[in-house]
Amino acid sequence: MEREADVVVIGGGIVGTATLAALARYDLKCVLVEKEPDVAAGTTKANSAILHAGFDAPTGSMKARMNVEGNRLYHELRDELDLDIEWTGSFVCATTEEEEAQLQELKKRGEANGVSGLEIWSGDKVREKEPNLSTAIRSALWAPTAGLCWPFGLAAAFAENAMENGAEIMRDCEVTDIRVEDGKIAAVETTEGAIRARFVVNAAGVFADKVAAMAGDKSFSIRPRKGEYVLFDKTAQEKMVKGIVFPAPTKTSKGILVCATTHGNVFVGPNAQEQESRDDTAVTTAGMDEIIAGAKKLVPELPMGAAITQFAGIRAVSDTNDFIIGESKTAKGLYHAAGIQSPGLTSAPAIARLLSEEIAKAAGAQAKKNVVKERPAQPVFRELSAEEQAALIKKDARYGRVICRCETITEGEIVDAIRRPCGARTVDGVKRRTRAGMGRCQGGFCGPRVIEILSRELSIPVPKVRKDGKDSYMYEEKLGGARK
Amino acid sequence: MSDMYDVIIVGGGPAGLSAALSAQQNGAKKILVLERDREAGGILQQCVHNGFGLHHFKEELTGPGYAQRCYDLVKDLPEVEILVDTMVLEVRKDKTVRAINPTRGVMELKGKSIVLTMGCRERTRGAIRIPGTRPAGVYTAGAAQRMVNMEGYIPGKKVVILGSGDIGLIMARRMSLEGCKVQAVLEICPFSNGLTRNIVQCLNDYDIPLHLSHTIVAIHGKDRVTGVTVAKVDDKMRPIAGTEFEIDCDTVLLSVGLIPENELSRGLGLAIHPLTSGPIVDQRRETSELGIFAAGNVVHVHDLVDFVSDEAEIAGKFAAKAALGEGGGRKRDLAVSTGANVRTCVPQHLRLGDDAEKVRLFMRVTQPMRGKLKLKVTSGGEEVFAKPLMIAKPSEMIAVDLPEAKIAALSSELTVSLEEGN
Amino acid sequence: MSTETKILNCINCPLSCELTATVEDGVVTNVTGNFCPRGAQYAKEELTAPTRMLTSTVRIEGGRLPLLPVVSAKKLPKGRVVECAEALRTVSVKAPVHAGDVVAADILGLGVDIVASRDMETA
Repeated sequence: MEREADVVVIGGGIVGTATLAALARYDLKCVLVEKEPDVAAGTTKANSAILHAGFDAPTGSMKARMNVEGNRLYHELRDELDLDIEWTGSFVCATTEEEEAQLQELKKRGEANGVSGLEIWSGDKVREKEPNLSTAIRSALWAPTAGLCWPFGLAAAFAENAMENGAEIMRDCEVTDIRVEDGKIAAVETTEGAIRARFVVNAAGVFADKVAAMAGDKSFSIRPRKGEYVLFDKTAQEKMVKGIVFPAPTKTSKGILVCATTHGNVFVGPNAQEQESRDDTAVTTAGMDEIIAGAKKLVPELPMGAAITQFAGIRAVSDTNDFIIGESKTAKGLYHAAGIQSPGLTSAPAIARLLSEEIAKAAGAQAKKNVVKERPAQPVFRELSAEEQAALIKKDARYGRVICRCETITEGEIVDAIRRPCGARTVDGVKRRTRAGMGRCQGGFCGPRVIEILSRELSIPVPKVRKDGKDSYMYEEKLGGARK
Repeated sequence: MSDMYDVIIVGGGPAGLSAALSAQQNGAKKILVLERDREAGGILQQCVHNGFGLHHFKEELTGPGYAQRCYDLVKDLPEVEILVDTMVLEVRKDKTVRAINPTRGVMELKGKSIVLTMGCRERTRGAIRIPGTRPAGVYTAGAAQRMVNMEGYIPGKKVVILGSGDIGLIMARRMSLEGCKVQAVLEICPFSNGLTRNIVQCLNDYDIPLHLSHTIVAIHGKDRVTGVTVAKVDDKMRPIAGTEFEIDCDTVLLSVGLIPENELSRGLGLAIHPLTSGPIVDQRRETSELGIFAAGNVVHVHDLVDFVSDEAEIAGKFAAKAALGEGGGRKRDLAVSTGANVRTCVPQHLRLGDDAEKVRLFMRVTQPMRGKLKLKVTSGGEEVFAKPLMIAKPSEMIAVDLPEAKIAALSSELTVSLEEGN
Repeated sequence: MSTETKILNCINCPLSCELTATVEDGVVTNVTGNFCPRGAQYAKEELTAPTRMLTSTVRIEGGRLPLLPVVSAKKLPKGRVVECAEALRTVSVKAPVHAGDVVAADILGLGVDIVASRDMETA
């Protein structure tokens, strides 16, 4: 039997989940489908994690409009959804006269885009705030409205909030085709069966052109662009930066930056490599050398011994080089949110608002009366006072058992992360929700224990526990040893 | 909840248990061992192979057998209490220990002395920056060892091991005995970092190739590992273009070194040695914070658990004495520095009082050496101790005991060096 | 008469002494390089009838942990070690078990027992 919905959102990244949360506030039956076992599995999980102020994009572009509006919305949503955001502000640094002229242009453009508080700071003033920056930096553009965030956490929060408001999320569910009848969206075919719906949101990231083509819309194409990063341990922060530090931008990118994370780590990157593959996130030696060299221009003394991991993400670059947002010209009911490269993370709530309003209008839907705005509480053991910790353990003894010792994550938090709406199904899902396995030992100690908890809570045997992707099974039964 | 203990020991592995026994034997009346795992014994519980205990117990034991021996020696002592499933969150300079467990909740415990025996952790893929994708199937050797030997699962069937440290070699044999195929062991150094006997009985016995001066330059596979690209490295350990070859595998195990686990020590503000990555200690294994002792892999990574126990007994003894107010005095503070061919030496300094004290030094050399070698300890230009050696390897710690009589006469700093010739 | 010189490493202890053995007509006549008598014994055995200890795990029912580590009570012929390990993969015992308890008697008829390496209480 076919499922029925009003809207199917394709893709569980930041744009898909934010849009689902916005749609769920109307009296619409909404379903999000995601091919991977978790939300935020693509571009959302591997990027610079910055909420940009909005001075980069050309004035009048969709990027500029969505960026500034998205940044404003996050300032509201942060408390409402308990989002992991720190408004640190950002610097763009100039080391030459030409670059200093560039800063003036950026400032002017930012002001035209509606960004408030932009200032040019002297090199010395910048180094007062970030003492490890190069003495070659002459001046910098200070943007106080920029901030750091934990992108996975934002997507998970939107997903959770959408579910609290009645939306459904189907993970491990890949779209295989879109049925269009009389030029109108009729149904979405998936590996879990068909879903009849009048409206589809195409938030498929690097696959957005493929999804559009399923509905006969070949109006744009997406080029994958890989960006590589190196992540440093928390101990590196005092030798690096506390906020966001960009070099002067080039024509094609914002450059290789040095940036703190909301968890107290620091990363450097990204580079920008055009590639054919839409899912090859391999890191390369050349790429790493490139970003390390780039980062040294900002922070000359990089504590390489404190590097804990590398990762790469794929950005979806459209052939218009701007966001493609709105209804398809050829398939009625198909709404694109495509080509969402940087500043897509910042823009997501604005894109979500725009699309949900359009779809609600087209569907004749009304805003729900009793919308859940907050998320269920989620205790973070390490952040509680001793009294609160004691009380929590008394209530639930599992909060008294530390599973991840690097980050002090308790069994209680891991169980909560699995059982929450749109909860973790994989080891990396647990890691992204709780930080278990994200520390110095990178899961060396807690990995086996997290696997055991996932197996127990999801009622699946250990060999069915996955790391991250669809087929990322981790352990097998021993040979010749029958298990009861 | 506040309790006063003579000695609180953080970590219930072989170091912690040996320290507890020694503290009891030296007069401590109230000793508490805090262990975060479900039982005492530490990482030895997953080291099911044999080869432990020849020095310390004069008998060859398996890892679990050694752990059992340490545990049996303290479990019925009325002076020793062991709390398992208990995580220490913080140790403060006033020797308060904040810990939690599911049954007792948050505990504030007070010790007259503290012994830090948290052991070590494995270096990870990130620390060595292996390019490629991040699929399932890449594990540290120790994590895989726990799954294979304690939980009952195997990480895969076709294995490549990066790093010829002892855990890597032991896992090569272990996987072979579990019916898996170990394709190769790769070592970036021109020599193995494991014991020779493990090369013989873990690799040669199973016809597993060891590629020295080779490393993984890429890991392949999207969801699960499908293979690795390997290349030879030059004398600066940089991959040499054109030497790449592929190895088909579904699993990569990393055995690329161990790092002392010193988060609590850092929280305490202890002085940490840059080369050992552990607290700087004196001959009593007392750290820069008086009354706080450290021993075993948390101080410097050992290759023999027997030496861990030996060192923990020293720490346990002096922790007990300190708790009982028999500190031993600290009239002279003499540095112990490293000379030719010696990379690290623990203790890093001696704090001597009036009483004669035996001093045990543990050293690692900078490079493999063989022939007629002389380990030499000098003080003020004079040779105070010498020991002939035939072979010295960075992977094998050298232990020497300086006699009491020599120590009593010392007045200036010590230098340890390894020289060729007699 | 044929005389050969063989170089091998003793595996009895972590010192891993490098041994030089003189073999005359298949008989080890002289061993040098050993720090202790076990080295000479090892060279003689290794060059004629090599043996190895076996350590592994077996499943345990009702125990605190799912696996019990085990060890051969004596050395086994080197060539049969893999077979013994394979045989152990289907062995299951019941908790409680004490260190030294026989888990598999006279494995493969080789006259060697496989014993528990540690105690394992019931869950």
